[in-house]
Amino acid sequence: MKELVYAVNDAAVIAWRNVIRIRRVPDLLVFVLISPIMFVLLFAFVFGNSIDIPGGSYREFLIAGIFAQTVVFGASFTGAGLAEDIQKGIINRFRALPMSRSALLVGRTLSDVVYNVLSLLVMALTGLLVGWGISSSALDAATGFALLLLFAYAFSWVMAYVGLLVPSVEVINNASFIVTMPLTFVANTFVPAENLPPLLRTFALWNPVSAVTQATRELFGNIPPGTPPPEAWPLQNPVLYTLLWVGLLIAVFAPLAVRRYRSSVDKR
Amino acid sequence: MPNLVEASGLVKRYRAVTALDGLDLAVAEGSVLGLLGPNGAGKTTAVSILATLLTPDAGSAQVAGIDVVAKPHEVRRHIGLSGQFAALDEHLTGFENLFMVGRLYHLGKPRARDRAVELLELFELTEAGRRPVKTYSGGMRRRLDLAGALVAAPPVLFLDEPTTGLDPYSRRQLWEVIRGMVGDGTTVLLTTQYLEEADRLADRILVIDHGRAIAEGAPDELKSRIGAERIEVTVTDAAVLEEARQLLARFAVGEQQADARSRSLITPIAGGMPVLSAALQELQRAGIAVRDIGLRRPTLDDVFLTLTGHVSAPEENDE
Ligand SMILES: Nc1ncnc2c1ncn2[C@@H]1O[C@H](COP(=O)(O)OP(=O)(O)OP(=O)(O)O)[C@@H](O)[C@H]1O
Ligand SMILES: [Mg+2]
Repeated sequence: MKELVYAVNDAAVIAWRNVIRIRRVPDLLVFVLISPIMFVLLFAFVFGNSIDIPGGSYREFLIAGIFAQTVVFGASFTGAGLAEDIQKGIINRFRALPMSRSALLVGRTLSDVVYNVLSLLVMALTGLLVGWGISSSALDAATGFALLLLFAYAFSWVMAYVGLLVPSVEVINNASFIVTMPLTFVANTFVPAENLPPLLRTFALWNPVSAVTQATRELFGNIPPGTPPPEAWPLQNPVLYTLLWVGLLIAVFAPLAVRRYRSSVDKR
Repeated sequence: MPNLVEASGLVKRYRAVTALDGLDLAVAEGSVLGLLGPNGAGKTTAVSILATLLTPDAGSAQVAGIDVVAKPHEVRRHIGLSGQFAALDEHLTGFENLFMVGRLYHLGKPRARDRAVELLELFELTEAGRRPVKTYSGGMRRRLDLAGALVAAPPVLFLDEPTTGLDPYSRRQLWEVIRGMVGDGTTVLLTTQYLEEADRLADRILVIDHGRAIAEGAPDELKSRIGAERIEVTVTDAAVLEEARQLLARFAVGEQQADARSRSLITPIAGGMPVLSAALQELQRAGIAVRDIGLRRPTLDDVFLTLTGHVSAPEENDE
């Protein structure tokens, strides 16, 4: 019991420290916020007229996809932040303290939620400017954002693990691309999954990123009326399917990452 | 007094390098052990093992009676570490760094805050405490890192070259702080390149080389083991060096050494100042112009150089 209280305290202290760092290193924050704006504008204006959404507008369709993609990309900051801590001398301070060994990881994944909240905010505002809107209840909209954040949190653990496999800030961005690119592009994020060739289509239909996107579209009221219901189970129950993945990702990758962190740090 | 730090047969290998080769050490409660040795001798490796940052390949160690390999987490509750390289968060202020460490030692918020303020004051960083560490000078970082080791007032302190990079004023101040802590019962293991520091602070000194202990004892013991006091004379003209040597030979209790290039002569003696005075009169009576003359006692530098300055066969090292 006492151990658990300490573990929560330690993670909170680390998260506090990381949030202070977000404020002190604004360069990173600027980058985090500019890239989603760029994505919204690029897709809206470059592909906006070449992709046809039956009965709706592409921009309306697109925004939820960009939301999902951005929070998945954002998870790579978790890996990079951890790698930086491990490379810098501060790790030797932490390691000689009686702090919980999971604190550095839990604190990091928690503080990275701040990035996601900020980037969702910026993207939503940009989306409103290019003609996107929410046509559902405030509760549904809030649920949509909460689901995105929850999925982002779970995905942070995946990237924490990937980041620890290659604990060098330089390599992490490339390593995380290998995971995030297929997940976010072979999905219903930018084109309807039904339009993809057969093999990619199956992947896209069962891809959790598709489910988050579908759930967000539904919760924001971004699905044009008269659209035929999705044929695959995950997209018929996108909220449930997303929550299953959130549970699965955390249950698998949190213990893996903690174990990997201990062994990589103890070898030094 | 029980030993609060104890290690036996520590071995640590890095591929081809054997950093520690069966090191034994012990630090009695409330005392200071100075760990000396040339670069690469294994000092940092030994400290890292005792502070649970590294696991040894062989041997065992206990800190505060707890095994460092079996229960590292327990050990960490009883130690403070200031490593050879400062371990600080560059983007946090000095205050925030100390506050964070206090919270991770599970001090309550008010206590962690008070402690941070106290330590900033002790290390004269109160003003700087509000600025991010990345704006600090080397010596300021060093002091903040030391403050970090003291946050929880742990019973055992490991300080790896605590005063490297400090100016003479800050160094003396740190000595005061350490003496104060030892007075309150703290046990300290410190490494240093400054032998004066070891002389001032350490109750016992352990000299290591190539990962093994080569000498151990109180500073005075080590000095007297190295040799007697001696007279050092520098003459103005190298031609009279041999004459001076013969004149002083009657005071010598050991072999004299003359060096023509530096025009200096070393004569080991017994008897101190009266002998020095007699020797000087002898030289003046003979009309030998003396540039410099003095009585030298062995310092820890001599101990260090004698013990580690030449490569000795391992058999000779076993004491
Ligand atoms: N991570 C490492 N990988 C390989 N060799 C290492 C590593 N760490 C230390 N060594 C080697 O182990 C030996 C002992 O190093 P250590 O840092 O303990 O020496 P030291 O006595 O602290 O030296 P210094 O006075 O320079 O700080 C050295 O030969 C060093 O090169
Ligand atoms: Mg060292």
